[in-house]
Amino acid sequence: MTNATVHMEGQLQAHVHDAVAAAAAHAKGQQHPIKLYLVVWAWLFVLSTCSYLVDYFGLHGSLRWSLILLFMVLKAGLIVAVFMHMAWERLALAYAILLPPVAVLVFVSIMVLESEYTHLLRVVFFATPL
Amino acid sequence: MAETVLTNTGQGAGRLPGWQGIAADWASDQRAFKNVSWGKAMMWIFLLSDTFIFSCFLLSYMTARMSTTVPWPNPSEVFALNLGGKDVPLILIAIMTFVLISSSGTMAMAVNFGYRRDRVRTAILMLVTAAFGATFVGMQAFEWTKLIMEGVRPWGNPWGAAQFGSCFFMITGFHGTHVTIGVIFLIAIARKVLRGDFDVERRGFFTSRRGYYEIVEITGLYWHFVDLVWVFIFAFFYLW
Repeated sequence: MTNATVHMEGQLQAHVHDAVAAAAAHAKGQQHPIKLYLVVWAWLFVLSTCSYLVDYFGLHGSLRWSLILLFMVLKAGLIVAVFMHMAWERLALAYAILLPPVAVLVFVSIMVLESEYTHLLRVVFFATPL
Repeated sequence: MAETVLTNTGQGAGRLPGWQGIAADWASDQRAFKNVSWGKAMMWIFLLSDTFIFSCFLLSYMTARMSTTVPWPNPSEVFALNLGGKDVPLILIAIMTFVLISSSGTMAMAVNFGYRRDRVRTAILMLVTAAFGATFVGMQAFEWTKLIMEGVRPWGNPWGAAQFGSCFFMITGFHGTHVTIGVIFLIAIARKVLRGDFDVERRGFFTSRRGYYEIVEITGLYWHFVDLVWVFIFAFFYLW
């Protein structure tokens, strides 16, 4: 039945080969070698250990924050891409799911401004009188 | 040929890749997600909405922490455990993280064996995942008990900013609820796998729809998401 679909879209011949291969791979569901999952699992362990060590060794300041964010992003990326199979989905789905959370970053910047303003007012008006 | 709902929508093949593919998939009066079943698409959309929920929790925590003039309690000390006469910082949280990551690993393998129609291995791996999840919730209950005994309340705590307690109970409580629901979901699906429901495409008692092994992957998506959320909570609440 894959072939019938292919013939219906004759004008896409150039892309047919990839797509058929992809569809065939997909036809049995998301099938990937177990080894891939074990490697990702090991990496998640390593990254978690690293982020724990950041706290254990009591790193401070921007070094601490940048390391925490780095390990966090790497872990999240591995989970979404491999464990949740996003790396093998069509871009139409990947972008529909992964782009909207970018709006959260806008929200973060708004709330950073807001909380700095609140903090300033609290310091100015509610600080203990000297 | 054994068909799975997942992929054979009859439209998957011969589509354009890349950017042109996005435009072609979304344009015109047709379904946008070509080779993804409605079940999987809806789980992804639900997870997107859940992302916004947890984002709002973490954002409110950020706002509370940034705007307070009172020092924030040091999580490294608050969550330390006394092991062998020595305070080890965050050790319980680190173990919880490893437990949850391990559960994600076993879940990913369960999905794999599901698509290979290996009924027993799939069910066993799903039950192992559920056991890891239950362990996680148990450790969280222990952590909550410890903190409550030490006097942490949603309206105050002995160490600093009053909002610490409300942020902690709200964020970890909501996450723990998600884990608990995931454990129940996993056990329910594992039972169906073990019974062979998806080999004979038995109809669900509630929806009357045919069951397929794809549901293992959909359950997996939810489970991995729970792990994903923990990655962010671990970074922002416990380590920051």
